[in-house]
Parts: sequence; structure tokens; C-alpha cells
Amino acid sequence: MKEMKFYGTPLPGVEVEPYSGKLIVIEGTDGVGRSTHVALLRTWLEAAGHAVLDTGMTRSVLAGRGIKNARTGHTLGRLTMQLYYATDFADRLESQMLPALRAGFIVLTDRYVYSAIARAAARGADPNWIRSIYGIALVPDAVFYLRLRSAEELAARVLASGRGFDFWESGMDLGLADDYYDSFVAYQKRLLREFDRMTREYRFHVVDASKPVKRVATALKRAISRIVEEEPSTSAVDLKTTTREKPKPAAESATAAPGT
Amino acid sequence: MISYGHHRYPGRLFVVEGTDGSGKSTQLSLLHQWLKSEGYPVFFSEWNSSPLVKDTTRRAKKRRLFTPTTFSLLHATDFADRTERDIIPPLKAGGIVLADRYIYTAFARDVARGCSRSWVREVYKFAVKPTAAFFFRAPLDVAVERIASARPQLKYYEAGMDMEWSDDEEDSFKIFQGKILDEYNHMVSEFGLTVIDGTQPIRTQQRQMREIVGRYLKEKLKEKVGLTK
Repeated sequence: MKEMKFYGTPLPGVEVEPYSGKLIVIEGTDGVGRSTHVALLRTWLEAAGHAVLDTGMTRSVLAGRGIKNARTGHTLGRLTMQLYYATDFADRLESQMLPALRAGFIVLTDRYVYSAIARAAARGADPNWIRSIYGIALVPDAVFYLRLRSAEELAARVLASGRGFDFWESGMDLGLADDYYDSFVAYQKRLLREFDRMTREYRFHVVDASKPVKRVATALKRAISRIVEEEPSTSAVDLKTTTREKPKPAAESATAAPGT
Repeated sequence: MISYGHHRYPGRLFVVEGTDGSGKSTQLSLLHQWLKSEGYPVFFSEWNSSPLVKDTTRRAKKRRLFTPTTFSLLHATDFADRTERDIIPPLKAGGIVLADRYIYTAFARDVARGCSRSWVREVYKFAVKPTAAFFFRAPLDVAVERIASARPQLKYYEAGMDMEWSDDEEDSFKIFQGKILDEYNHMVSEFGLTVIDGTQPIRTQQRQMREIVGRYLKEKLKEKVGLTK
């Protein structure tokens, strides 16, 4: 069991209580392979008998659809975008991540607040402003930053994926360059700089993402097993007998936890 | 990002604030008519009106998805869109912007719902400081009476039912409005709100409002867009 620790102002109306799960963050810029690794880790953890919840940006019930629609229109202003994402984050934190962590799940999140902070900074937002907003975030058990050294390497990954260049991933709203490729490189450079800046501030475990997928996965698994094995993880069912204060029926915590 | 109090625009921004039923919207629309008839370029901006956010808010209210934090952040998102789209551009162009409810509404409601005062103020740091902000103050029972007679049924979040202060909608609404009023009173000196006594006759209130707004208007604002009579 671990005490909940928040970066800043804790969430109003949310009880700060010890939790038995683990919050593991996979961070990195576009094209580093975050979603591939989240999927691999999930399978691996579940095979080992851990209950896993995975989540990521724009996946909230509250704001996910609204953000996607707003992105399609390309009329999303800079400040509006940051706050829409913050709404999405808060909803997922309160209705997915915290209940799952209390029930002993391993929560794997594809990006956390750091991508949001980097994007805001790349758009000229006040760094203190965006950090205060995300003061509501729970300090994770570990943050793995999948790092590629250059924006050109990232572009090569995007090319290899066959997805092509996206308006927002290329930062086209910033007007940095005339075409998607040049804009992608300029924008991702800014993001990489912001991530490097945050590495010490938020104690990222830096993982070299230029290595083959298998080697990156091995490195992640090794580090994550240490975190998961720190203490015997308590399953939702065991909670019934070990919870100190308000014992909840096992069925209730189990159904409340996945949130999806 | 320019912070509250640091924007320098040629236009003018007037906002009205107050509890539900304080009469602020009536006063703002009278002011709007007057400014238009005087030939000023006027833009009107309303709380909760962003086309990007509207559907999300409506759905969340219907399905009761909000917590105090997400309620606060989604309204801030809506307000950011209004700021970027409807407020800053006309102010830069030298126009007059009238806003029905502004950041003080969020400060009052969100803090009444338990959000931290400093956090909410930080979230809205990007807002343009108004030229003048009018706070229509009406005693709680007057405001509650006006709303109760105008609306057959109070809405869930409007009545603060999400806070579970009371099972009775009208009781809950009174408790909520009381907390909101306390926050407004707290903000009068903090933000230099101009207090208008909302129990006075409508014409008296409008006269006071026009007198104050008039001090900030220059003929220049009209000339700029060639609308001088």
C-alpha cells in the first residue's frame, strides 16, 4: 500500500487514501512506439496474473469525442486545446485510474501529463500555468520516457508506420513551416527539448527507443518487474480482508475498477 | 501567453456577474441596445457558448458525468475558446465586448463545489481583465424567489444536487446560491468588482451602469470603424 501523492492541489471531493495498485507511465513523442509497448506490457502482465487497466489521451467518456471532433475542424485554439486535454485527463484520473489503483490494478498509461505539458510549452503557454493545472495529477510509480534523439528519426518512424503525417502531430497549427514534413521536424524538435527538460524534474527513466522493439520491451519488463514486485500486490478480492477503514464488498470494487 | 491584467488592447470589455436571478442579463441587454444605438461596434459573448464544447457539456450534464474538477475544467475550456475566438479579436480591433458571466462565475461556482481558490484562479490566468465588471447583488431570498417563479424545475447541476447537500432541490439550490454569494462578496475587493444593488428599479440600475460605462468610452472607438453619426 502506498500513500497517494499529488504534484500540487489534490482533487476536491476525492479521498486521499493508500492504494495497492501501480501507476506506470509510458511517455514519448509521436512515433516512438508507445502504443506497441503498452500492448506488449499488458499481455505480459496479464499472463503473470496482474489485473491491468490501460488508458491514454482522448479516451475519456467525458471529453474524448469532443476533442476528436474539435481536432477534425482544425479550429481548436491553443489555450482551448490545453484545457480540453486537461478535462479529458481529469475525467480519466477520477473515473478510471484512481478506482483501478485502489482496487490493486496495474495502470498502464500511454502518455500522462508530460506530453500535455510539452505540447503546451511548444505553443508558448506559460510553463507554470500548465503545471498548476496538472497539479491535480497523481505522482506515478514510474515514468518511462521512450526517447529518440532527433526529429528526423521520428519522421522516419512515421514514414515506416505507413500512417502519414497528421495535422496536429506535425504542429501545423503553429505555422512553423509550409508543409507537413518541415513542420513535423520543427515541432517535434521543440517537444524533444521539452521532454529533455522534464527528465530530471519528473524523474523519467530514459529508455533508448532507437533499439529494436524486442530489446526495448526487455528493458521495460525488467524495470517494471522490479516495481511490481516491490511488495506483494493485493488483488481486489484480497482487499476485502486487508482494507483498514471502509471495507467494500469485493464485487463492488472489482466492477468499479476497470471504468471502461 | 499573456496573463490576467497584462493585456493591452484598444477595445473595451464589460462583464456582468451575479447569482441566478440577480437581473444581470436584463441589464446587459439594455446596455447592449444603448451602445448599438450610440453607434459603437458591440460584440456579445455568453457563458457556455463555445461550439467546440457545447455538445460535450450538454451530454455530461445529461448523463451526470461531472465531478467538481471536470466541471471546472470543461467550463474553462469553453471560456478559453470564447476568449480566443470572440473576446480577444474584437478587443484587438478596438471594439466593445459585452460578456454575460465571466471568470468570476467560475471562481464562485467552482469554489462553492470545493475546488481550491488558488487552483481555479490559476486555471483562468489567461483571461483578459475586464474594463469594468459589474456585480449585481441581490439578497439570497430575492434571487431564489425570482428563479423559482421563472422556472418550473431546477436543473441538477444548477441546483448543486451533485454535491449532495440536500435531497430537496430547492434546499440544495439555496445552499449552493448562498455559497456562491459568499464567494462573490469575497471577490469584490480582490478583483475590484463594481457592485450594483440588484433590488433597485431596473431603470435606476441601468442609469448607474451607463454612467460608469460612459467614462470608459471615447469618441475614438466610434471613429475607428467609421460609424460616427
